[in-house]
Amino acid sequence: MSTDTQNTAVAQPDEHEEGENYLNHETSVWSWLSTKDHKRIGVLYCVTLALVFLAAGVLALVMRAELSGPGETMMANDTYNQVFSMHGIMMVFLFLVPSIPAILGNFVLPMQIGAKDVAFPRLNLASWYVYLAGATLTIMALLWGGVDTGWTFYTPYSKTTGGGVLWMTSAIFVAGFANIFTGLNFIVTIHKMRAPGMTWNRLPLFVWGMYATSIVQVLATPVIGITMVLLILEQVLQIGIFDPSLGGDPVLFQHFFWFYSHPAVYIMILPAFGIMSELIATFSRSRIFGYRAIALSSVAIAMLGFLVWGHHMFVSGQSVVSSIVFSLITYLIGIPSGIKVFNWVATLYKGSIWLQTPMIYALSFLFLFSIGGFTGIMVGVLSVDVHLHDTYYIVSHFHYVMMGGTVVALLGGMHYWWPKITGRMYNETLGKIAAFLVFVGFNLTFFPQLVLGAKGMPRRYATYADRFTDLHQLSTAGSGVLGVGLFLVLGYALWSLKYGEKAPANPWGAATLEWTNVAALPDPHNFKRTPLITRGPYDFHLADEVFGGGDGEADGDQGLRVPDAAPAAPLEPSRDA
Amino acid sequence: MATDTDIAPAPTETDHHDHPAHLQHHFVSSEQQFDSAKLGMWLFLITEILLFSAMFVAYAVYRQWHPETFVAASETLNVTMGTINTIVLLTSSLTVALSIHYIQKDEVKKCIYNLGATLVLAGGFMVIKYFEYTSKFEHGAYPGGMFDPHGGHYAQLADVPFASQFFSIYFVMTGIHGLHVIIGMAVIGWVAVRAWMGSFSSEYYTPVELTGLYWHLVDIVWIFLFPMLYLI
Repeated sequence: MSTDTQNTAVAQPDEHEEGENYLNHETSVWSWLSTKDHKRIGVLYCVTLALVFLAAGVLALVMRAELSGPGETMMANDTYNQVFSMHGIMMVFLFLVPSIPAILGNFVLPMQIGAKDVAFPRLNLASWYVYLAGATLTIMALLWGGVDTGWTFYTPYSKTTGGGVLWMTSAIFVAGFANIFTGLNFIVTIHKMRAPGMTWNRLPLFVWGMYATSIVQVLATPVIGITMVLLILEQVLQIGIFDPSLGGDPVLFQHFFWFYSHPAVYIMILPAFGIMSELIATFSRSRIFGYRAIALSSVAIAMLGFLVWGHHMFVSGQSVVSSIVFSLITYLIGIPSGIKVFNWVATLYKGSIWLQTPMIYALSFLFLFSIGGFTGIMVGVLSVDVHLHDTYYIVSHFHYVMMGGTVVALLGGMHYWWPKITGRMYNETLGKIAAFLVFVGFNLTFFPQLVLGAKGMPRRYATYADRFTDLHQLSTAGSGVLGVGLFLVLGYALWSLKYGEKAPANPWGAATLEWTNVAALPDPHNFKRTPLITRGPYDFHLADEVFGGGDGEADGDQGLRVPDAAPAAPLEPSRDA
Repeated sequence: MATDTDIAPAPTETDHHDHPAHLQHHFVSSEQQFDSAKLGMWLFLITEILLFSAMFVAYAVYRQWHPETFVAASETLNVTMGTINTIVLLTSSLTVALSIHYIQKDEVKKCIYNLGATLVLAGGFMVIKYFEYTSKFEHGAYPGGMFDPHGGHYAQLADVPFASQFFSIYFVMTGIHGLHVIIGMAVIGWVAVRAWMGSFSSEYYTPVELTGLYWHLVDIVWIFLFPMLYLI
């Protein structure tokens, strides 16, 4: 923690007396509920999504508690079905898909490109309200008897079970619009709102990640929307599109579902890649290795992601030829993903690595995502998948990607941007302890599940054979450690809001605009003057030359060299006149 | 930070030049605002195409599975009414394009007339659609579970397997298309009122242009629906 006070560049002891910032210029509840400020909308989303994550996370702990022994330990099998369904639905549709774009994308993206706001601020606020409507429908689904279909809603079972399914599918249809609004907004913002000098090759890689994500959001989300509508109509009117007894095809539902839900995996992981690039570059104090390769591999993943949905359906009875094609394209996804991991590792090489909490999360991500990626290639192999399909191996694989990838990157990003969002520093020591607990707890929870799956433990079962007991108990213990780590984060985050040390404008010595050209707590309009961008986002060496640093070896412990702010763009001679 | 040294004296950008009334503060120029709105609309239209695409896929799959059913059921649709509706909708696309043309030339009145004509044509489309729907309902040609064809040339459908599926697809696709027509009518009405209140000129006509784009999409979807459902 003490390192932050040693920042040599913190020549602004009273930066908070400057007065107006985005938090204090208006304070009424209505000013929050009607805000069009992208930063405030990011904060609104942050609070909402934290609640959803808490609820869905507690459900996960309950599931692991039930699995602490074979047979029925604390709940009936039907209850267990509902618990894992709600855990999956809430985590995927209501938390992971919106998470990074809606919280950090909203807060950071306009600042990173030098814009005053996103292109459509009202649409941005509407996105939050639409999301809330979706969340309300989810609660209705719970009151209506819950959902026990799993998060995939496979027909024909989802057609015949409980009234909760109707509410839940409506919730997903509605919440989808929130994502479309966000994605559409970001694409237009990145195309049209960049500050002078912010060329495509100077975009921070987080922005590139968000760009690729937004493309997938806009192209994929409408398909899940219409699929949910058709499923609702199937229940209400028996239209016979998915119901085999009426001439429909349940496999068609799987095609539609995965046409969205596989790209949705990239909606979740691409923003995480973006955060990773920021963290790795900033905390190694070195220019990112292979900027273009990282930027374009995100776009490549977004595109290839639309062509692999069939690998979820190897055992569904689809034709062998299409299975082979889907399997081959699945291998291809490994290439751009590998390009990223290698580039990050190359960036670390000979960098001045500063092990602050965000960096610890970034290094965790490298490890966990690599496992998630490799196991993904494994289950993309046709013959292997036939054995591993619907086992804990799959469960573990996607948790390594979704939780070990997206959630860990989100945690890293939240720590990284926490000073900018709240104006306070979190407690670094506790932060490191929590990051350690999350890493250990996560592996303890999910590594045994890889073994369980390989041994044949099927997913979605409330009970299991005695021989699986040891590994299940290890996994349950791990979930406890993970839970403690995450609650610790929640605890010191809340504590820091009131008691945390006040943050300087650029505590990490980062070189992107939200750190170099924005006050410690951002101005309501982000920039006092629109910046003129003259260098790339990670040109620490150029910034050092300006400041006479030269060797680029600046290190947090020796006094951090903070990159120069971008100059102000010349005032526009009113193009409208 | 260096920024802080020059914060106090620097003029902020919010107050340095006169904005046109329509220009929102976070845009630098009307041009940027217009381009952004247009790009946003195009992206929205892409989402619409993907929304319809799943239904087109369902159509293709089941036509492939039950070709005789689709031919037999398709023959009960009223080609004359479909053709008239196609002409009505194509004409409305012309009038909405003309309204954009006239507002660009500052001829507000002509713009409003053309928006009004579009509204009338869209209403006409819905009326014809209403007659088509009710004539099917009279003969029990409901979507899905309530399908019970009788009377006229519908009676033969009772023996055609999966005929209800064709009508499910017919009603879902034309129904969602019809919903888009109704939403379009509301938007066109709102734009016409704003044009009448003098909100638009050749300087600023973004909502007129965006509405036109949306209306063309509604038209294009119908251009695909008509031959697929009525003709082949």
